Amino acid sequence: MSRSLRVLLVDDEFGFASVLKKRLERRKHAVCVALSGAEALQALRRQDFDVALLDLKMSDMDGLEILDVFRKMVPEMPVIMLSGHGSETAAREGLDKGAFDFLLKPCDLETLLSKMFAATGGAEAQT
Amino acid sequence: MFDRHYYKSLTRSMILTVFLVSLAPLALISVITSYQFHTAYKDRVHAHLRELVMKHKRNIDGFLAEKLTVIRVLADLIPEDRFRNEIALQGILKSLRDRHHEAFVDMGLVNAAGLQVAYAGPFRLERADYAEAAWFREAMRSELYISDVFLGLRGAPHFIVAVKVRARGEEWILRATVDFVAFNELVESVSVGETGLAYIVNAQGEFQTRPRREPAVGGPELKAILARRGQSGPATGFSPESAGGRGQASQSMVDLDMVRDQAGRECLLLNAPLKDGDWTLIYQQEVADAYQSLFHARNLSLFVILAGGVGILLMAFVVSNRMVSRIVDADRERDMMNEQVIEAGKLVSVGELAAGIAHEINNPLAIIMEEAGWVQDLLDDEYLKKSESYGEMARALTQIRDQGDRCRGITHKLLSFARKIDPTVKPVQINDIVRDMAALSEQRARFANVHIIADLEPDLPVVPASPSELQQVLVNLINNAIDAMEQKGGELKLRTRSEPGFVTVSIADSGMGIPKANLARIFDPFYTTKPVGKGTGLGLSICFGIVKKMGGTISVESAPDQGATFHVRLPRAEGKA
Repeated sequence: MSRSLRVLLVDDEFGFASVLKKRLERRKHAVCVALSGAEALQALRRQDFDVALLDLKMSDMDGLEILDVFRKMVPEMPVIMLSGHGSETAAREGLDKGAFDFLLKPCDLETLLSKMFAATGGAEAQT
Repeated sequence: MFDRHYYKSLTRSMILTVFLVSLAPLALISVITSYQFHTAYKDRVHAHLRELVMKHKRNIDGFLAEKLTVIRVLADLIPEDRFRNEIALQGILKSLRDRHHEAFVDMGLVNAAGLQVAYAGPFRLERADYAEAAWFREAMRSELYISDVFLGLRGAPHFIVAVKVRARGEEWILRATVDFVAFNELVESVSVGETGLAYIVNAQGEFQTRPRREPAVGGPELKAILARRGQSGPATGFSPESAGGRGQASQSMVDLDMVRDQAGRECLLLNAPLKDGDWTLIYQQEVADAYQSLFHARNLSLFVILAGGVGILLMAFVVSNRMVSRIVDADRERDMMNEQVIEAGKLVSVGELAAGIAHEINNPLAIIMEEAGWVQDLLDDEYLKKSESYGEMARALTQIRDQGDRCRGITHKLLSFARKIDPTVKPVQINDIVRDMAALSEQRARFANVHIIADLEPDLPVVPASPSELQQVLVNLINNAIDAMEQKGGELKLRTRSEPGFVTVSIADSGMGIPKANLARIFDPFYTTKPVGKGTGLGLSICFGIVKKMGGTISVESAPDQGATFHVRLPRAEGKA
C-alpha cells in the first residue's frame, strides 16, 4: 500500500486539473484544486499539504511568484512545477527558488507520482 | 550579388591611376634631364670640334708659312747668280728636301718675262715659259705668293710658293713646288670618329686637296657657305706674319652648319679660313658619329624608362588585382554576414513560433492524456472487464495513449530545438545528445532514404560542454551527412567511443565523398560547395570554433565515392579520465 498524500494542485486549466484530481483521488490521495493563485493561497491558509503541484503559467499570477509566496508561507512543503512551456530559464529559476523538480506537460502519472513520493520523503511502491 | 563589371572597371581605374601617378614624375624628370643633357652634350661636342678645326687651321697655316719663309730666307741670303747656276740650285733643292722631309719637289728661277732661266727637279722644265700662267702674274704683283693647286705643265696637282727677288735692276721670281701628297696627308691627318673628314677649297669652291670620301656638300650649297665666309672675313693676302698671328685666332673664326649629304644623312660642317681667306678648311662629320655617346645615353635612358614603365605597369596590375580581390572578399564577407544576420533573425522567429505552438498544443494534449489515463483507471474496475466491448475499448485507449505519446515526443523536441543556445558548460553525457539529435533528424533522414545506425559505447564518461552548443555541432554534422546522401540515400553511422582522456563521436556517411582539393578548406569560414542560397559556408567553421573552445579537435577523412567521416574528439571531465 502507498502512502496517502495531501496534494495541492494549482492549475488554471480546469480540464487538466479536474481529471488529474480524479486520478490521484482514485489512488487514495487527497487533492485540493486551486484554479488561480488567490485560490491556492486561500487553500493554504485553511489546511496543510504534503506536496504542491504548481503550473508555471497562471492567469492571475505567475507560477514563480506563487512559488515565492509558498516558500515564505510553508517552506517545508515541497513544490513540483509543471509546465506546457519548455522554457529552460523559467525551469532553472524555479529550481533556484527552491522547487523540488520540474516536469514538462504532458507527463506520465507514474513519473509524477514517483516525483511526489520522492519529494515527500522516499519512493514508495505504486499501486 | 557581385557586379563583375563594377570590379573590372575598378581594377582598370586603379591600374591607370597607379600607372599614371608613378609614371608622370619619371617621365617629367626624364624629359627635363634628357633635354638638359642633350643641350650640354651638343654644346660640348661643338666646342670640341671648333677647337679641333682651329688647331688644324693653325697647323696648316703654319706649314704654308714655314715653306714660304724658307724660300724667302734663301732669296735674302743667297745671291741671284747662284740660283741661275743649275748645279748650285740642285744642291740647294737637295738640302731643302733633306731638311723638310722631302716636302719640296722642285725649284726654279723665272725672269720678269716669265722664262724659267734655271731649274732643279725631276721634271724637264728647263726654259719653260710661264708668261701666261696665272700664278706668275699673281706672283709678279706681290712680294710673297702661294698659288692654288693646279695641274700646270707637268700635268700633276701641285702648288707653288714664290718670292720676288731684285738683282741687277731686274725682278726675278724664285719659286718652289710643294709636294701635294705630303700636304694632302697633313690636311687629312685630323679625323675624329669614323666619319670625320677634312679638306680645303679655294674661294671658287675648287678642291685644294683630294678628300678620301665624297664630301657632304658641293656646288651651290658649298658656294653659299663660302660666300657667307667671304662676307665675314675678306681675303687680305697671305704672309708668314699673318699666319703666325695665333693670338688673334679664336673659335669664332670657325663656322658651324648642319647639312645633309647625298644619302640624306645629317652632317656637321665646320669651316675656317686659311691663307687669310684665300682658302677654306672644311671639316665634316656625320651627326650620328659625332653624337654617338649621346645617342648611346639616349638609348640607354629610353630603355630604362621603358623597362621602368613596364615594371610600373606590372606592379600596378598586380597591386590593383590584389586590392580588388581583397575588396571582393570583404564585400562577399559583408554580404554573407548580412545574410547570416537575417538567417539568425528568421531562426529566432521560427524558434519562438515553434515554442508558442508547442505550448498551445501541450496543454490540450495533457488533458487528452490524463483523460485517457482516467478511462484506463476506470477500465481496471472488475465489472467493466466483464463487458463484451472491454477488449475493443482497451485497444482504442492504448492507441489514444500511444498517439498522445507520439505528439508529446514531437512537441518536446520542438521545444528543445527552439530553446536558445546556452553556452553554460556542464557535465554532458554525449550518448544522450547523439540520441536526441538522431531522433530530431529521423524524419528528414527517412525522406532522404537515409538509414541512421547508432553505435554508442555504453557507460561513456561525461565531458564538460555546453549541451546546446554540442547539439548545434551534431545537428550540423548530421544534416551535412544527410545532404551528402540526399540524391541516392545511404547509411549514416553515429559512433561514440571512449579513448584515454577523450571521448570521440564519429559521423560517417556513404555519400559521394569530399574531393581532396576541398578537404584543406572545408573548415574555412564562408567556404561552401553547396548551391547559391543553400549554404552560408559557416556551419563547419562554427562547429570548428565550438569544438576548439571545448578544448577538442574536429577532423575529416574522405575519398571520392567512399563517403566522409567527421571525428569530434572532446576531452573528458577532469578526474574521470
